[in-house]
Amino acid sequence: MFGDYSLGDLGSIFVMQGFAGLILFSVYVLMALGLAIIFGQMGVINMAHGEFMILGAYVTWMTSNFFQAYLPSLFSGYFFLAMILAFVASGALGMLVEWALIRHLYKRPLDTLLATWGLSLMLQQAYRSVFGAREVGVELPQWMLGSLQVTDSIEVPINGVFVMCLTVLITVAVAYVLYMSRWGRQVRAVVQNRIMAGAVGINTEKVDRYTFGLGCGIAGVAGSAFTMIGSTGPTSGQLYIVDTFLVVVFGGAASLLGTIASAFSISQTQSTLEFFMSGSMAKVLTLLAVVGILMLRPQGLFALKVRK
Amino acid sequence: MSDEANKGLLSPLRRKLLMGMAAVPALTMLPRGAFAQAPATSAVNTTGLAVTDTEVTVGILHSATGTMAISETGSIEAEKLAIEQINAAGGVLGRKIKFIQEDGASDWPTFAEKAKKLLVNDKVAAIMGCWTSASRKAVLPVVEQYNGMLYYPTFYEGLEQSKNVIYTGQEATQQILAGLNWIAKEKGAKTFFFIGSDYIWPRTSNKIARKHVENVLKGKVVGEEYYPLGNTQFNSVINKIKLTKPDVIFTDVVGGSNVAFYKQLKAAGIDLSKQALLTISVTEDEIDGIGGENIAGAYACMKYFQSLDNPNNKAFVPAFKKMWGEKTVIGDVTQAAYLGPWLWKLTVEKAGSFDVDKIAAASPGVEFKGAPEGYVRIHENHHLWSKTRVGRAKLDGQFELIYETADLVEPDPFPKGYQ
Repeated sequence: MFGDYSLGDLGSIFVMQGFAGLILFSVYVLMALGLAIIFGQMGVINMAHGEFMILGAYVTWMTSNFFQAYLPSLFSGYFFLAMILAFVASGALGMLVEWALIRHLYKRPLDTLLATWGLSLMLQQAYRSVFGAREVGVELPQWMLGSLQVTDSIEVPINGVFVMCLTVLITVAVAYVLYMSRWGRQVRAVVQNRIMAGAVGINTEKVDRYTFGLGCGIAGVAGSAFTMIGSTGPTSGQLYIVDTFLVVVFGGAASLLGTIASAFSISQTQSTLEFFMSGSMAKVLTLLAVVGILMLRPQGLFALKVRK
Repeated sequence: MSDEANKGLLSPLRRKLLMGMAAVPALTMLPRGAFAQAPATSAVNTTGLAVTDTEVTVGILHSATGTMAISETGSIEAEKLAIEQINAAGGVLGRKIKFIQEDGASDWPTFAEKAKKLLVNDKVAAIMGCWTSASRKAVLPVVEQYNGMLYYPTFYEGLEQSKNVIYTGQEATQQILAGLNWIAKEKGAKTFFFIGSDYIWPRTSNKIARKHVENVLKGKVVGEEYYPLGNTQFNSVINKIKLTKPDVIFTDVVGGSNVAFYKQLKAAGIDLSKQALLTISVTEDEIDGIGGENIAGAYACMKYFQSLDNPNNKAFVPAFKKMWGEKTVIGDVTQAAYLGPWLWKLTVEKAGSFDVDKIAAASPGVEFKGAPEGYVRIHENHHLWSKTRVGRAKLDGQFELIYETADLVEPDPFPKGYQ
């Protein structure tokens, strides 16, 4: 297949392909982080994860419209504010949902699956009623479009670099919050033994609410970032949900490191296969590999050791 | 032709009847049928359809909820506009059109069930509906079994023909061949890279396109790639495009994937003002989501663009915007959906009856001069003769017309040598 091309051409394609894999990796980590927190730390199967992401995307769209109409001079920087607003909006909605719906279902984890699936349908219809059934186009500032010319033949998409930086930033922040802060210790304590955590004076309800809010908030930021690379419509969230669960389950619930390792292996497999065969076949083979490994290691790549 | 004749017949008749009513008020106590302005119901409806002396009921069957609502909303809007305009102009055989709208909810069994409901319970005279091929395939056995009439708006892969369906969009050869010929001639294109979503329409369309490129244009297909519906990452295939450097990228990616594809193409530094890209799946509706800045410069080949400069379209676009809002855009399928109710009306008037068998028989040869795309005519195979056009996407999300075929292109749902 490569006979017709010069070495220089091939070299730069492999560099760009490696980069494509890294972008895919960042996208997977970013979309899975929120779910990993909620599923991993709380055991809640949040089927509405994609809809929380799309809320972030719609917030970004509204922010961009607002800046275009009222503050056109600051338009080039609106995206940072939009991501913060997306975090706040999705996080707030997440806490509301936790209070109204999820906290009644902690003892029935499978029911959370149904309840959040219903929630996702309701949110989709709500977006459709409020924003219309058609997709909306989010306008980006000029500096975020196009690509960086590294050498003559190597080009790197700016939005990909942006997503990578964002992913690193958020992963570090989440790791810090979960493993270094006082609140993170409380979260982990609740995960490991809810009753004991309550007995030593941790307000487990509050911890649950903020954990769920944090997970949803990160989903919102992911949705906001994905307006650069994907579509924003009432059902766009559905495009991400399968891959998200794949990454989280494969990585082993309750493990941040597992999520990252799983996102890395899935994305590299997929993007390498995609280069050598059609996209659909690449997906099939990736899924087969994941299924095979999960049969050998049902707990996922990394599993937290807890006393049952 | 025949509808002109019908109109000519109707108005004197109407006048006479009105005079009769005024002269003999007592007679108004008699059954109304005797005084209908239009031909008697018993004469125009022998199969028990929902036709009264003043009204005729049709069904609208699209997805107003679910994934496909993004695409089908425009079709619903266009059909309602057409029905309103037909009613304002006096209706069909003197009867106002009433519609019953059902929601297919982006679910194919639901489409079949709702079609059955419309035909069996509501006895609708015709159904304007379906969008995806999957929904049409689900509805087809129902309309054939219960002898209904379906007006189907979407451009599609062909390989189908039914007495009970009128296809108002283009079948694949109609849409694709003229576009490929144009780009081969205009750009001297020899190498093509195909990329599509992985389902029947892109696969069939690309099969036809490949045969045409290889056998007729004597060019080469340097890549043919399919991605699952809903795929959002295209960086690998974009790298392959960069490696193979095709003269033309030919795409039929659909839905949310479409948006991701063009955004990533732009981000990867592929400049569509230099790299020729021909799409058969992006209309004005899709550009709304993609963003004009991401797709400006790309060529689309289909039969209608909102920017078409002809008197029909100049009346149609403002009427549509007046009804559905200044910001709405009109894509190819939306226009084709608008043709449905009109073609049905013209056919009913030609047949002088609402009976489905008579309409199916009368359909070939029916012509609609008021179509926004220009003149169209129904072929014996129940598809439309129509022109194929190439437009170039602009920053504002509209297309600039670059080329149109000189003559109407004959629909050929079972193309020889392309299967």
